[in-house]
Amino acid sequence: MDKLTVSPSPHLHSKVSTASIMRDVVIALSPAIVVSILFYGWSEILVLAVSSVSCVLLEWLIAKYLMKRPELFSGWSALVTGLLLAMNLPSTTPWWIAVVGAVVAIGVAKMSFGGLGQNLFNPAITARVFLLISFPVQMTNWTVPNGFIGGVDAISGATPLGIIKEGLKAGESISEVLAANGMNAHTLLRDIGGSGGEISALALIAGFIYLLVRKVVKPWIPLSILATIAAIAAIFNGIDPEHFTGPNFNLITGGVLLGALFMATDYVTSPMSKWGGVIYGVGIGLIVMMIRYFGSYPEGMSFAILIMNCFVPLINRAFHQKKYGRA
Amino acid sequence: MAKLTFSIGGIHPADSKLARDCKIETLPLPDKVYVSMSQHLGAPAKPVVAVGDSVKTGQILAEPGGFISAYVHSPVSGTVKSIGPRKDLAGFNQTHIEIDVQGDEWAEGIDLTPELVTAIPEDTAFILDRIKMNGVVGLGGATFPTHVKLSPPPGKKADCLILNGAECEPFLTSDFRILLERTDEIVVGAAIMQKVLGCCPCVIGIEENKPEAIAAVRASVARLAYPGIRVETLRKRYPQGGEKQLIDAVMHRQVRSGGLPIDVGAVVQNVATSLAVYEAVQKNKPLVTNVLTVTGDCISPDRQHNYLFRIGMPLSFIAEQAGEVPEGAVKLVSGGPMMGKAIANLDAATVKGSSSILYLGESTRRGQQCPCIRCGRCADACPMGLEPFLLKRLWAAGDDSGLEANAVQDCIECGCCQYSCPANIPLLDNIRMAKARVMGIIRARNAKK
Amino acid sequence: MTNTIIWTVAILTVLGLVLSLVLFWVARKFRVEEDPRIDDIEKTLPGANCGGCGFAGCRAFADAAVKAGNLDSNYCPVGGNEVMAKVAAILGCEVKETAPMVAVVRCNGTCQARPKVNVYEGEMSCRVKASLYGGDTLCSFGCLGCGDCVAACAFGAISMDAQTGLPVVDQDKCTACGKCASACPKNIIELRPKGPRGMREYVSCVNKDKGPAARKACASACIGCGICAKTCTHQAITVTDNVAWIDPAKCKLCRECEAVCPTGAIHGVNFPKPLDKDGIKQRIETRKAKAAEAAKAEAAKKEENNG
Repeated sequence: MDKLTVSPSPHLHSKVSTASIMRDVVIALSPAIVVSILFYGWSEILVLAVSSVSCVLLEWLIAKYLMKRPELFSGWSALVTGLLLAMNLPSTTPWWIAVVGAVVAIGVAKMSFGGLGQNLFNPAITARVFLLISFPVQMTNWTVPNGFIGGVDAISGATPLGIIKEGLKAGESISEVLAANGMNAHTLLRDIGGSGGEISALALIAGFIYLLVRKVVKPWIPLSILATIAAIAAIFNGIDPEHFTGPNFNLITGGVLLGALFMATDYVTSPMSKWGGVIYGVGIGLIVMMIRYFGSYPEGMSFAILIMNCFVPLINRAFHQKKYGRA
Repeated sequence: MAKLTFSIGGIHPADSKLARDCKIETLPLPDKVYVSMSQHLGAPAKPVVAVGDSVKTGQILAEPGGFISAYVHSPVSGTVKSIGPRKDLAGFNQTHIEIDVQGDEWAEGIDLTPELVTAIPEDTAFILDRIKMNGVVGLGGATFPTHVKLSPPPGKKADCLILNGAECEPFLTSDFRILLERTDEIVVGAAIMQKVLGCCPCVIGIEENKPEAIAAVRASVARLAYPGIRVETLRKRYPQGGEKQLIDAVMHRQVRSGGLPIDVGAVVQNVATSLAVYEAVQKNKPLVTNVLTVTGDCISPDRQHNYLFRIGMPLSFIAEQAGEVPEGAVKLVSGGPMMGKAIANLDAATVKGSSSILYLGESTRRGQQCPCIRCGRCADACPMGLEPFLLKRLWAAGDDSGLEANAVQDCIECGCCQYSCPANIPLLDNIRMAKARVMGIIRARNAKK
Repeated sequence: MTNTIIWTVAILTVLGLVLSLVLFWVARKFRVEEDPRIDDIEKTLPGANCGGCGFAGCRAFADAAVKAGNLDSNYCPVGGNEVMAKVAAILGCEVKETAPMVAVVRCNGTCQARPKVNVYEGEMSCRVKASLYGGDTLCSFGCLGCGDCVAACAFGAISMDAQTGLPVVDQDKCTACGKCASACPKNIIELRPKGPRGMREYVSCVNKDKGPAARKACASACIGCGICAKTCTHQAITVTDNVAWIDPAKCKLCRECEAVCPTGAIHGVNFPKPLDKDGIKQRIETRKAKAAEAAKAEAAKKEENNG
């Protein structure tokens, strides 16, 4: 026996660590990653690889050489950012755009705030919005699903939300837009073109259930986002189905699931309390639907999360844990 | 029947009750014992013996040094060798009485027969006097003098006596063993305390991981047939045995911040205290023995023990009885792994409240500290509903009023926050400091009023 | 198009004018009259806001000094006599010179002298460590080595010596503000007069254990033997609770105590020459012999007179 260790209590520690949490998130993302690779093929693999590798590498370089604090390199967390960024990009994205995204996500949104835990905005979303504004053409050039399990040559096109938005702007009604594009409400939900993370609702939900079971996240934020979106869509769609898309459509398209399940639940940039989370979720849902119905962008999930990120410190101040004996 | 539990926070560490099947063994006497004058909460006791005096087992060595203080008795018979400073298990000097052990001759008037005395004295003043004169203190960890706790301030009345058999700390099994082996005595002790508190009802709370103890106590309660005692099964959850949490679980009442359990009509006593009360009142036997668990995750199953020890035995003596310190031991802890104290000095003497020697292996080492990812696990785990991440930040910023506003003074130091932090941030290390400072500020303010 | 430009310029100009009027009015209305000397004094002060004077910052000090009208109870340890003279000139009052002080670390329990007996694993803070236990050595009085004093120093005057594990005070940077002394949970840092040309003599130990225990814990502990107090011809040394203390006001820097200390717990710093132990011991012996002779002669004289 060597010298004994002495430390203040507690002398036990749970087995959950930051690394194990981030590893769980990667595991939870993997079904959706597999599905998107199957759908989009080699191009998706390239985007995923470039984005993840550059995020991890950049964070390591910045921590070690720029900030001179190598302990700030978070490893798994950087990988999560990289994967989420890739899943927010079209599979046709040129590799250099993914690298630019990584620079913005890690360099600007994360490390310039002081690294893991310090950032105000979700790094992957910040990068996505930056790319969307800077490279609108490349960023909205969505491939219709056509990968290893497709068979037809890749067709480039807009996403369903984009198609409908353009149609509505031109003064058409939804049914006219669908008819003009050879779609009906049925095929709409089957052949959704979009970013890697958008197309595989079931896989995303499966991953999220894994996170719930592992107690990594709590369901309040996603539930309140989805419920708000569904409620608003149901009301407007009920009033005027020809100009406002319905709840099912709005829940599954435009990265709502990816955003609600994996991006809005990012610990660092979401409120910590249950009711704070609900307010945050409702806020995201409201903003998404306002953008979709009345704004000029067809999707809006990224903007909604970024806007609500700003309110997180405020929400954290307003909502506190229920304290013992202080009713 | 529904299992009871508290309403806020809590964690579920593996219970690791490795020594649960080890019967209580009586330790032999060492050559020397060192009886500390500070083995209870409050003022140190004042020695009433002098160097060279010969003392008998159970004879008073020291008298209370204040209102909140307790008598200390000789655990052995022998000669007082010295009275002076000696290092306790944390390495701080405390006054100890050193006694050369010469046999085990008990003082007169102490009933050493094993017969169960079930008739409870009618005179509550007599009962309280016996408890006080025999130096009984709370054995659940805080070692608060029991006679003080059993005398509610004027105008306050106990609605319920809660007997704490939760033993929610992992590894510890001493309460479980006495619940099995000294069941009847504990139940009689509970009835005595009921009597003192004005015949209030009594709930004996035992965690669900001790079904044998629950069955044994239920049977004993039925057999002895004292009025108003019932046994409740508690959910296995830490810190179920925390005083405030237990009151919440059993009575569905919460003690307000800064208040005492008696404010909500609750008196909580540990089952080991109940046994000590029985011995003090029915047998006039002073508190000079207690049960301690020798266990840990790095010693083999055949070396786990539950020992009946005399206070003042050096920890090293007990450790030797259990064999060598195991190879892989990284840390020795006295008390539970969540709230116990790391032993810096194995030569320190046992005290009334000693409950274990834990040998913890590599798993006890702290992990590399990482930045906070604001996951909120600490706040979810806190049984007082505090926000440890915020408290640590306020402490670092030196914001005392912010700390007070965020109720740092309510912290019970259970360690749930630090246990659950995935970034290995030493939350409690810092919050403890902050709590001490804010408590000092509050006390100074109250003193001014 | 031109219309738009004209309108824009016009509106902004008007807006600017109106707002500036409002600002001017507010500034006049809510102006607080302050003694201009407060500003002057604040500018004179070092501006470290260290709190060494007992006030929250330099401004608070200036405010208090102006209110009091004198400097009897206010002193800026950072600025020292030079700054205080300037402050006194502003206030038009006298200031008494104070001997410059310096923080002295009263522990010499180096890693060699004071072996570690356990490993501390917790928040690296002396305060946390001190509240937990006596420390990772057998000495429960000495330096804990987590550097709370280093963190407390606003002037970068304290650093941890990796070799000894003890804090080292840079006496040129130290302003004797006392922050480190109050940060130290073991109270081993003492503010002592800097001494002539920095020469000073102090006991570098605060261990109150009895001699053998202190000796066992640390090879360079003060064991309270009292030899220094007996040797000192200026009555500058007192031994209380098994620790010696040198009164800087009485010490004449003769270094005799340092020479006779059996454990080397007494330190002299900034002396031009190294300690000549044997020389000093010889000097003491001679003095003792002389005293004994004188006493003998005295006794003989007395006897003669008596006889």
